Amino acid sequence: MPNRKLTFRVFRHNPYDPQSAPRVQKYEMQETPRLTLYGALTRIREEQDPSLQFDFVCRSAICGSCAMLVNGRPRLACRTLIEQLPSRINLFPLPFFRLVGDLSVDTGTWFREMGQRVESWIHDSEPFDPDALEERMPNDTAQTIYELDRCIECGCCVAACGAAQVNPTYLGAVGMLRIARFLTDPRDDRADSDFFEVVGTEDGVFGCIGLLACEDYCPKGISLTTQIAYLRRKMALTSLRSSSNGKGASAGAQHAEKAKTAK
Amino acid sequence: MINTDVLVIGAGLAGERTAIELASQGFQVIIISLVPPKRSHSTAAQGGMQAALGNMAKSQGDSTDIHFEDTVKGSDWGCDQDVARLFVNLAPIAVRQTAAWGVPWSRVEPGPRKLPDGEVVQELLEKEGLIAARDFGGTKKWRACYASDGTGHALVYAMDNVTLQLGIEVHDRAEALALIHDGQRCYGAVVRDLRTGELRAYHARATVIATGGHGRIYGHSTNGIINEGTGMSIALDTGVVPLGNMEAVQFHPTGVVPGDILISEACRGDGGYLLDKNEHRFMPDYEPQKKELASRDVVSRRMVQHMRKGFGVESTYGPHLWLDIRHLGKKHIEVNLREITSICRDFLGVDPVRKIVPVRPTQHYSMGGVRTNIAGRAHGLAGLYAAGEASCWDLHGFNRLGGNSVAETVVAGTVVGKSIARDLEWLDFPYSEQAVAAMAEDTTQMVQERILRLRAGGKEYVYDLRNQMSNVLMEKVGVFRKGAELQEAVDELAELCQRSKHLGLRSSGVGANPEVAAALRLPGMVRLAFLIAYGALKRTESRGSHAREDYPFRDDIHWLKRTLARWAPGADLPTLDYEPVRITEMPPGDRGYGESKVLAVEEKVRA
Repeated sequence: MPNRKLTFRVFRHNPYDPQSAPRVQKYEMQETPRLTLYGALTRIREEQDPSLQFDFVCRSAICGSCAMLVNGRPRLACRTLIEQLPSRINLFPLPFFRLVGDLSVDTGTWFREMGQRVESWIHDSEPFDPDALEERMPNDTAQTIYELDRCIECGCCVAACGAAQVNPTYLGAVGMLRIARFLTDPRDDRADSDFFEVVGTEDGVFGCIGLLACEDYCPKGISLTTQIAYLRRKMALTSLRSSSNGKGASAGAQHAEKAKTAK
Repeated sequence: MINTDVLVIGAGLAGERTAIELASQGFQVIIISLVPPKRSHSTAAQGGMQAALGNMAKSQGDSTDIHFEDTVKGSDWGCDQDVARLFVNLAPIAVRQTAAWGVPWSRVEPGPRKLPDGEVVQELLEKEGLIAARDFGGTKKWRACYASDGTGHALVYAMDNVTLQLGIEVHDRAEALALIHDGQRCYGAVVRDLRTGELRAYHARATVIATGGHGRIYGHSTNGIINEGTGMSIALDTGVVPLGNMEAVQFHPTGVVPGDILISEACRGDGGYLLDKNEHRFMPDYEPQKKELASRDVVSRRMVQHMRKGFGVESTYGPHLWLDIRHLGKKHIEVNLREITSICRDFLGVDPVRKIVPVRPTQHYSMGGVRTNIAGRAHGLAGLYAAGEASCWDLHGFNRLGGNSVAETVVAGTVVGKSIARDLEWLDFPYSEQAVAAMAEDTTQMVQERILRLRAGGKEYVYDLRNQMSNVLMEKVGVFRKGAELQEAVDELAELCQRSKHLGLRSSGVGANPEVAAALRLPGMVRLAFLIAYGALKRTESRGSHAREDYPFRDDIHWLKRTLARWAPGADLPTLDYEPVRITEMPPGDRGYGESKVLAVEEKVRA
């Protein structure tokens, strides 16, 4: 197995070069043991074509830079072992995101906008007191938050998502996961109803068409569909409550409930 | 030209913490970064953040004083003790503040707990729910606060979320290529847009270098591939800003073979063993007290020593040793060491629950960097600051303790942010914006000419020179160093410095071309490599990570001092100066681990 001749067919286009038109370029190389796509692409760049654009940072599946379509499926290139692939390998940039060039896409801008949209930060009206002990938290709660905080913003879930391909303003599984993360965190003052506008819509939980690809392709194995289902239930309840009780009252009641369950 | 109060170069933990401090005081801040902030190398910190909270059974009685002592001993008395004192005092506040920002720190669970060596300790009920800590090398108490084993990830996400909250502008995919300065004061930087290849100038009243380490100039490094010392290089290029202690380079005991991915010290902290080719646990033979948990420099040397005696495991990727964590149990490994578990399974095809993991010492951290004072002001240029691994603040001296780098980024970011705010308010003097515009124009022109020269085509190919540079460092400026080899390294790197002036492109160089980026960086990287080898050659002693086989003693008589390297523009060689190391509280002594050979001041007096 590890001595095959490998053929890479790689999408090429430099949108900043007026001469460039999208095309597929072929590269060949001899396989070596334990080769990853990171190793192979680095070798292509250094030995065959120094203009080839792609992104790696950590090369250990924690930074989320290197997602691309490998034989049609979104994956982290750094964690893809060549020996698990056929000898003909097609590489395309992730769909959905703006192309920077070749295999490199602009995930940074999209994720920053997503973070602004869901207000991806702890909403806490208390100022930090440098002389006080830290607020206590049960370790189980910390573990639960950590589980939801493990997303590396690689973009595989939105690249694999049918809803995202037809609705460019769709929040994606990653955006909903982020909301679930802050809803779960007892340090965040927001109530369910505070999230309703951003996620209780066709751009959020009600836009999900249930193809489950987000979870299938999440390289971190995060239970994205469970989180979407959880949010959908919450948002359905919120919309019921706000139509019967008035929004303010229900927000207060929910916040009390959240604080209780967390502690 | 883009105007801002503060330009922060680098969006890792140090850069973002600095930006947050300033933005929350009302200053306009722009961060530029090679990559989106959440992809910074800070995310790779798996293990922990040192702060003396004293919440665990095994950290009872811990204090900032003990953290201070551990840090100074770890540095082999090479650190600045005023900085260390400031740091240990602020670290607990820094951890707690990140908790308020959302970091899911692991918490104390009361009750009995059995340690891997069989000892049973009682976690206290009164500490329930406070921030937990784990053991790390070179420390007397359990002090490394952690979020499962994704400490860096959790911190980076929380920190970047605060920058979102404050609306701090981040220009990602941008690389600073030159500082705008007049030899007295820094006014910003010229930046290449890595999306379009265009150059643009940023005018800032304060400029912060927070670009992390230079690990990738070594052939085998645990560092992310963007860690090429770019910020250190542009500071060095000014000719007036010195880099401190560049010869001080840390090798982490456990990079995986092959691939060099870091296996966190948490594995040994939680009770992992190092084994040789006979699966014998050898560290207690060398270090009966601290065993696998002596400081990193010591463990790395013991490993190389042991492999040199023929106890290494031969492989196609060179000799290595084994890390064994099987006895920690499936649950502990899969929960508390989960990232490690996936690295072993996905990249090596080894399941650490059932199998031992191939490891060897691998370049990991640069203690050296842009020399600053305790307030983070760079030597040599007003208006320039540095924080984190890019700086030589100098918290780490000749060896950094595990968990002190993450803590340093957050603490130093706060300190540097505050001093910039003070400087802008009280010390800043008026200057001609017109003159700055002209300077920015000149600097942009100079960078543009470098790009045009590359396109015109010299005969050297960037990746050939780069590989030669990395090999020289790996072979001759590694864990153990010798005069003759260092001299060879200096000679070879001097030649590579010359050759790096004749780089040419093999590709068109149009747009965001990565060959242009690599070729623009390489000359600076070779200069950093040269400084490491040159500083190591001149330092005729062994201290911390700098281990000279021909000078095996720590020499406090002649070498209780810090190397300062400056490189005048156009000069063939740098100049080295030295400054004394500030000893305020803890006189040089025995570390309590390691080889403990010291030429002490007293001995000289007696002689």
